[in-house]
Amino acid sequence: MRYALATLLLACAMSAVRAQVETPRPPIPLDARQEAQYKALLPELRCLVCQNESLADSQAPLAADLRYEIRGLIAKGASDADVKRYLVARYGEFVLYRPRLETRTLLLWSGPFLLLLAACAGVLSYARRRARAAAPPPVDEGALRRLLEERDR
Amino acid sequence: MRFALPLAVLIALLALFAVGLQRDPRRLPSPLIGKPAPAFDLPTIALPGPPGAVPPPARMTQADLRGAPVLVNFFASWCAGCQDEHPFLMELARSGEVRLVGIDYKDAESDLRRWLGRHGDPYAVVLSDLSGNTGIDWGVYGVPETFVLDAQGRIVFKQIGPLTPEAWQRIRPLLQGSAS
Repeated sequence: MRYALATLLLACAMSAVRAQVETPRPPIPLDARQEAQYKALLPELRCLVCQNESLADSQAPLAADLRYEIRGLIAKGASDADVKRYLVARYGEFVLYRPRLETRTLLLWSGPFLLLLAACAGVLSYARRRARAAAPPPVDEGALRRLLEERDR
Repeated sequence: MRFALPLAVLIALLALFAVGLQRDPRRLPSPLIGKPAPAFDLPTIALPGPPGAVPPPARMTQADLRGAPVLVNFFASWCAGCQDEHPFLMELARSGEVRLVGIDYKDAESDLRRWLGRHGDPYAVVLSDLSGNTGIDWGVYGVPETFVLDAQGRIVFKQIGPLTPEAWQRIRPLLQGSAS
């Protein structure tokens, strides 16, 4: 009884949701080389709707549309760079999982290495300071002699 | 003194997070700002306008958007955010401050008619982007999105998500600047 009710509720909820219209599109055939290019390129591109998924994985309708556009571009002989330019012109640099190396992205690319360098420098100076602190202080020979003479007197 | 450097690093990081975490990663800056509106050629949808209004041409292109500032609103009857912004669009249409062009994104015409019949029609003209290709050319990734075009047909602002009164406060000065 409870299941029946739940099913009925679900059916009602689903009927209230109007879906996006998907216009039928003819499939775009690719030759083996183009298909390989298409398969290799998709994981490099971000789906704008579910941002942590690539265009290869995303189930979003926009991702399907973009996959179709990309197939069309590749069928017309577009290179990887052409496809990326097409997407970046519309959606911005964010669609690329690997941003291009430019002056604007220089910090992004070099940041981890700069941090590593800074950490190494920090550890090195710390170790050097500790080694200096651990070494016994220089002996004042005169004071030592005076102390010994005082004791023996 | 010993802790001055780590403390400075910590404060710098916290400041970075405070700024970074308050930004919405779903709102992407559009690369189209400052550029002419992307080309399109879309059919208009004949809707019952006010009595005596001139019916729109059967098709429109980006050239038809020039002459005066215009808001281009990508929307759909199936989109929840569009319903949220709709009352404000109606208000805006009544004020007559700016021309509103709707682009109905991947939507059935019958659904659109029913939706506008129920909620009211704020648009000067509604174009149909059934395939979603114009949406792709404009960098639309989730309706509703609203583009503000100046009189020369250049994109000066993009609102991602519902058009709110707060967003309109930011947009209005841009329109006045371009009209003069």
